[in-house]
Amino acid sequence: MSKTTDVLLRVSKLVKHFPIKQGIIFQKQTGAVHAVDNISFEVKQGETLGLVGESGCGKSTTGRAVLQLHRPTSGSVIFDGVDLVKAKGNDLRHMRRKMQMIFQDPYASLNPRMTVGEIIGEPMLIHKIAAQNEIEERVANLLNLVGLNPAFSTRYPHEFSGGQRQRVGVARALALQPSFIVCDEPISALDVSIQAQVVNLLEDLQEQFGLTYLFIAHDLSMVRHISNRIAVMYLGIIVELADSEELYLKPLHPYSQALLSAVPIPDPIASARRERVILKGDVPSPVNPPSGCRFRTRCPIAESICAEVQPDFREAQPGHFVACHFADQFI
Amino acid sequence: MPDLLLDVQGLETVFQTPAGVVHAVNGISFGLKEGETLGIVGESGCGKSVTMLSLLRLIPTPPGKIKNGKALFFGQDLIAMPNEQIRHIRGSQISMIFQDPMTSLNPVLTVGLQLEEPLMLHLGMTRNQAREHAASLLNMVGIPNAKDRLRDFPHQFSGGMRQRVMIAMALSCSPPVVIADEPTTALDVTIQAQIIDLVKRLRDELGMAIIWITHDLGVVADLAQKVVVMYGGLIIEAAPVEELYANPQHPYTLGLMGSLPRVDEKGHHRLVSIDGLPPVLYEKPNHCPFAPRCKWVTEKCWKENPSLLGVGTEHRAACWVDTKTGRAR
Repeated sequence: MSKTTDVLLRVSKLVKHFPIKQGIIFQKQTGAVHAVDNISFEVKQGETLGLVGESGCGKSTTGRAVLQLHRPTSGSVIFDGVDLVKAKGNDLRHMRRKMQMIFQDPYASLNPRMTVGEIIGEPMLIHKIAAQNEIEERVANLLNLVGLNPAFSTRYPHEFSGGQRQRVGVARALALQPSFIVCDEPISALDVSIQAQVVNLLEDLQEQFGLTYLFIAHDLSMVRHISNRIAVMYLGIIVELADSEELYLKPLHPYSQALLSAVPIPDPIASARRERVILKGDVPSPVNPPSGCRFRTRCPIAESICAEVQPDFREAQPGHFVACHFADQFI
Repeated sequence: MPDLLLDVQGLETVFQTPAGVVHAVNGISFGLKEGETLGIVGESGCGKSVTMLSLLRLIPTPPGKIKNGKALFFGQDLIAMPNEQIRHIRGSQISMIFQDPMTSLNPVLTVGLQLEEPLMLHLGMTRNQAREHAASLLNMVGIPNAKDRLRDFPHQFSGGMRQRVMIAMALSCSPPVVIADEPTTALDVTIQAQIIDLVKRLRDELGMAIIWITHDLGVVADLAQKVVVMYGGLIIEAAPVEELYANPQHPYTLGLMGSLPRVDEKGHHRLVSIDGLPPVLYEKPNHCPFAPRCKWVTEKCWKENPSLLGVGTEHRAACWVDTKTGRAR
């Protein structure tokens, strides 16, 4: 994986609230789901940033808000020098060529009435980057690239297995030769032996085309495997961000520590030896997030200040960001 | 062997579908001792759930049919026994925890009613006794305000809490055997850790035997004493847990272990993937089911399906090739 310091994507103070409405004709907003609440991060050219967290923590919303599939409530998303939040119409469509998405469910994200060739060719038609007669050849090349037989271009999605469909999804994302791809849990719907195939494919493509990934997942071991840096999300905020090696060896936030210790290790001896932090209770509702630090209701080291003051997302060590009042004791 | 609580021999289950007969389980034998935890590992479609449903005769018939095999439980054959009799065994002697607690709890009945039903049916309790016992069961699985929560409906519980209710229900008649079918797959990792912790505690307290079905080799390592690996409706490897992880023999097991990244791995390794796809079981395979994806495949693998051969103490694998040396067995 190549490492340069150019920042490709800078997200600052991104907020996405989904309104909760009541009434049928005269709708009144009665509250909001605080899906993403004021998060900032950067993605560097050619790197993979992993975004982990449990279901409902806002990681998918973040991915979609970055691509403007959900318009953010506030904040800015600067990609390649352009603020996507302010971009509209043709300007935005033009930017979309450079950023694509691979979706979680390979069964729901491919149109069942289109052939694989049409699915992969459609983005090229819309963005007019290839003439009709060239498209067939390009589709064949793309299918080859993702390890499918080019003769499959006339088949429909239902004729493929889950892993093969996800390869079609990858080919579609690559059709416009983007520089940045948001991978939204691309492997969680697949069987274990197939997951490794798709992850290896994503890594090969990254090397070949110098792609930048935002890799969203709940599987911490897979994220650690594929990412250069990892951001841990909890209830709409990033609680910790660090190099993946660093995050694993020295997690500073109590939530990251608990999350890491909850991941099962396929080794009975190592598994029996390690200490596990078991969190109590469930994730609170994002409609009424707890005051102060959002993790305090489940935190093993919470004190009274945690209920009053929301901890800053600060750089505790070079390149290692954390949002916790008491993180310094773990350095 | 008399010391086996459950002794399954040559179980075969097929499904009649419009596209042909699917051979889901093709002759499976295993035993379960008292108080033991057995992990059954395999990918979707390998027949692990169908095996367990067959044991309890929960296979919808038709299209499904148990073609062959015996399952001896305290000397009685579960497969041959009349419906009347197996109904007394389900829930009271062998109970099941299902994967998805939302679809396996009845949404229009309160949790209390659902918990009381097996108590009244199997243990002959009155409604008042059952209600009291149900509250103590919810307490046991760590649900606060147990008495009040009996009046709640399943949708008022979170995913992890619902799975706790399922566990309480499965343990309500203190059965000697509990079958858990991917009970933590739908849950987040921190909640999964809570549930596994709970099951371990209850196992130590109550001493029941557990069959834990999963596709996650990590969960099995944490919980089971013995592990069975399934592929294509067959058992392809069986061993005590430490032995299996230290010394996997079958090419499929080796592939599965290689395709898992570890959260405690050092440096970056390329994952070892298994090429190809899992089999579709329209024909009962007369060769090794893994042969089309296997690196070590030989001519013999295409001619004859290997049976489970001893490869170590209590360690059996179904492969014609010794993957350690690359030579034929």
